[in-house]
Amino acid sequence: MSAPLLITFDKVWKSYGEGEARVHALAGVDLAIRRGEFVAIMGPSGSGKSTAMNIIGCLDTPTAGTYSFMGVDAGRLDRNRRALLRNLYVGFVFQGYNLLPRTTAAENVELPLIYRGVAARERRDLAMQALAQVGLVGREHHTPAELSGGQQQRVAIARAIVTMPTLLVADEPTGNLDTARTHEIMELLTRLNADLGLSIVMVTHEADVADYAGRTIRFLDGHVASDTLKAEAAA
Amino acid sequence: MIWETVRLSLRSIRRNVLRSFLTLLGIVIGVAAVIAMLTIGSGTTEKVKADISKLGSNLLVVRAGRPAGPGGPGGLDQAVRPLAEKDVTALVAHLSGARAISPASQKQVRVIFGTESLTSGVTGTDSAYLDARDWKLVSGRSFSDSETRAGTGVCLIGETVRQQFFGAGDPEGEVIRVNRTSCKIIGLLEPKGYTGFGQDQDNVVLMPLHAYQRRIAGNRDIDSIYIAADDRTPTTELQPRVEDILRDTRRVTPDRDDDFSIRDMTQIADAMTSATTTMTGMLGAVAGVSLLVGGIGIMNIMLVSVTERTREIGIRLAIGAHEKHILIQFLVEATVLSLLGGIIGILIGLSLAGLASMALTIPFAPSPAVILLAVGFSALIGMVFGFFPALRGARLDPIDALRHE
Repeated sequence: MSAPLLITFDKVWKSYGEGEARVHALAGVDLAIRRGEFVAIMGPSGSGKSTAMNIIGCLDTPTAGTYSFMGVDAGRLDRNRRALLRNLYVGFVFQGYNLLPRTTAAENVELPLIYRGVAARERRDLAMQALAQVGLVGREHHTPAELSGGQQQRVAIARAIVTMPTLLVADEPTGNLDTARTHEIMELLTRLNADLGLSIVMVTHEADVADYAGRTIRFLDGHVASDTLKAEAAA
Repeated sequence: MIWETVRLSLRSIRRNVLRSFLTLLGIVIGVAAVIAMLTIGSGTTEKVKADISKLGSNLLVVRAGRPAGPGGPGGLDQAVRPLAEKDVTALVAHLSGARAISPASQKQVRVIFGTESLTSGVTGTDSAYLDARDWKLVSGRSFSDSETRAGTGVCLIGETVRQQFFGAGDPEGEVIRVNRTSCKIIGLLEPKGYTGFGQDQDNVVLMPLHAYQRRIAGNRDIDSIYIAADDRTPTTELQPRVEDILRDTRRVTPDRDDDFSIRDMTQIADAMTSATTTMTGMLGAVAGVSLLVGGIGIMNIMLVSVTERTREIGIRLAIGAHEKHILIQFLVEATVLSLLGGIIGILIGLSLAGLASMALTIPFAPSPAVILLAVGFSALIGMVFGFFPALRGARLDPIDALRHE
C-alpha cells in the first residue's frame, strides 16, 4: 500500500430533490483508492454505486463533502475543467459500448485525441497501437455494426486507453456479453491493469466478474457496506 | 480542429442524405428566388435603359397643349394651339446648347407597294430628325435641304417596311404609295427593334415635312419638336431656355400657363430605371422572406439532430470534449448545411434567370456582388439559426446524455 492516493472521498454526500422528497444517493461516504488498484464496485440498484462511479469519473460533483482526484479538489471544478481532467486522466468504458455509429473503429478510437488537439497522423498511429493492445488489428476500418459485441467493447477499451489515462472507469463492461466474451474482456482489463499499471474502477453486479478485481467495495443505501481485498477474501 | 469539424459535419450530412436535402430545400428555394429575382430585375433595368436610349438620349420633346397636370391631360379647357414652323425657326435661331432641332408630325397611314400593303407610322420631318433621335441610315441618303423645303416626294423607310415590301432586297429607288401620293425611297433606316412597350420602331416612313403636311395631313401643323442637347448641356438646363423662347414666339403672357409641354426623355429614363430598380428590390425582399423561412427550417432540423444525437454528445463530453467543441461542431454543421443550400440555390437561381432572360429577351446580367452576398447570407443564416440548437447540445449534462435512449 505504498502507491500514492488516486481518489479520496471525504464525507461525500450526493442528494437529489427537495424537502420531503429529498433522496440521498450517497450519505457521507469515505473512500480511498490508490494508483494501480483494480477495484470492483458492487451493490443493488439504488445503492449509490453508479453515483459514486460518476463522481469518480469526474462526470458528477458531490452535493457535500470533498472529492479529490490526484490531489485536485475535482468536486469544485466547473464542467469544462472537469472535461479537461477527463480528457487527460480518465478513460470510460460503458455497458452499451457507446461507440459512434457509422464511424470506423479507428475513428472511434481517435475521438478523444481530437479533443486533445493531436495531429491527424499521430492520432492514427496511437489509435492503431491501442487497437493492437486490445487485439483488434485488421478491424480498424469496420464500423460498430460490422463488429460483434465483444469486439465493440474492445474498441471502446481501446478508445479509453488511447490517451494513456491514469484511471479507467468501467460501468458494467460485460453486462451485454456472454460468458466466453466476458471472460476475454476481463482478461484484457486485468492485463492492462498489470502491464500498464492502469488503475481501474469497475461497477458490476456479477460476483465472478468482480473476482477479477483486487478489491471489492459493496455499496448499500448510500454507504460503503464492505470493502474487501482479494487476498483477505481468499484467506 | 476546424477542418476536422467541417469534415465531421460533412459526414453527418452525408449520413442523412434525404433529411439533409429536405432541410436544404428551404435555403435552396430562398436563395434561388433571391438570385433569380435580382438577376432578372437587373436584366430588365438594363433592357429599359437600352430601350429608352433608343428613343434618343438627352432629348427634349415639345408638344402642343398644356403640360399634363395632376388633373389629367391639360388643354381640354381651351383650344390647343398647334406648334408651327415659326416656333421651330425661333428655336433654331435663338436656342444655344442644342445639337439638333427637328419638327415632326406623325400619322398612321396605309402604305402600298405593288399588291402589298402595310399600315405604317408616317412622319413628316427634316434631315435634323435623324441626328436628334440618334438614328442612322444603313444605306442611301437623308433629305437634302432643297427637298425638305420643296416638299419633294421622297422618303426613308424602316426595316419592317422593307421586309414587308422588298424582303431582303434593296429598296432604294423604288416608289411606294403613301395615302394617295407616291414617293421614292432614297434611304433605309437602321433597325431599332421594339420599345419596352411593344411598339415596333422600324415600321416607319419618314418624308419631308412639307410633303407630309401638303399630301397627308392637309394642314400646316407640327405635332412635336425634337431637341437634342449637345454634350456639354444637360437637358435640365436646356428645358427652361426652350420654354422662354417658345413663350416669347407664341406670345404667352406672363399671367398664363405654357400652351405647350416639354418632355425630358432623360428624366423619363431615370424614372423608369428607378421604378424597375424599386420593383427588383421589392421582389428581392419578398424572396428574402423565404430565406428566413429556410433558416427556421435549419433551426428545426438542427434541434432534431441535437436530440437525436444526445447520446453521441454524451460520449463526446465523457471523453473530454469541451463545451465549445460541441457548440462548434453543431454550428459548423448548420453553417455547412445552409452554405451548401446557398450554393445549390445560386446555381438554380442563375439557371432560372438565364431561362427567363431568354424567354423575355432581356440581357442575362448576373451580379457577382449579389452572388457573394447570397453565399455570405446563407452562411450567416446557418450560424444564426444553428446557434440555439448547438448551445442546447453543448449545455447537455453528460450523465443524462449518456443515459438517453
